[in-house]
Amino acid sequence: MNRRLLEEKGVLLDVTAKDWQVAIRICGEILVKTGKVEVTYVDAMINNIQELGPYILIAPGVAMPHARPEDGVIQEGISIVVLKEEVAFAPGREFKVLIGLAALNSESHIYILQKIAEVISEADTLERLKNATENDEILQLFNDKEEH
Amino acid sequence: MKILAVCGMGFGSSMMLKMTIEKILKEKGITADVETADFTTASSIYADFIFTNEEFAKQLEGGKVKVVSVKNIADANEIRGALESVLNT
Repeated sequence: MNRRLLEEKGVLLDVTAKDWQVAIRICGEILVKTGKVEVTYVDAMINNIQELGPYILIAPGVAMPHARPEDGVIQEGISIVVLKEEVAFAPGREFKVLIGLAALNSESHIYILQKIAEVISEADTLERLKNATENDEILQLFNDKEEH
Repeated sequence: MKILAVCGMGFGSSMMLKMTIEKILKEKGITADVETADFTTASSIYADFIFTNEEFAKQLEGGKVKVVSVKNIADANEIRGALESVLNT
């Protein structure tokens, strides 16, 4: 069973973005480049936030932008963007890390959510995620050890 | 008892929130239904409690259902504390 949900090219560190739209677009474009989603999915990610607000903040400083499977998901997976400086959706609603999610339906991505939950639920792994300087640190957080 | 975990589309962060809530319920030996819903349908679904993020909490408050606002949807300590406080009232 292939449970390696994050690939080397799925991580981008030290990213500068002038606003949240740019940051989300960078995060979405990684999903496009790694073959997870169609370009339309990236627009859907941004539209969802514009419509519903910055509800995608799942932990302090961490947001999980995504759209619906029918918005153009090809293959399940995630992308990670760690920003150089925090960017805000609105005052007091800042994020340092984006976890772009591509899910094929409402059930099959549960193992991905479990992995993300594992990382953000502990203060030390959450800090390692926010302050990562090497792609390997991120890959180690999200992929099971035996697959390295 | 029914708990509704709410997010924008009903399968991303609400699903993660549901997993955290179920973990704590199991730990405490409490039986309850935990379901996910998207924001637009949440107010038409019967529940005893709604767990959601700060944005949606503000908008869902004011109805008959007790709304709990969550900062870190995967933080067991935060969810445990929130569950304890609503179940005692």
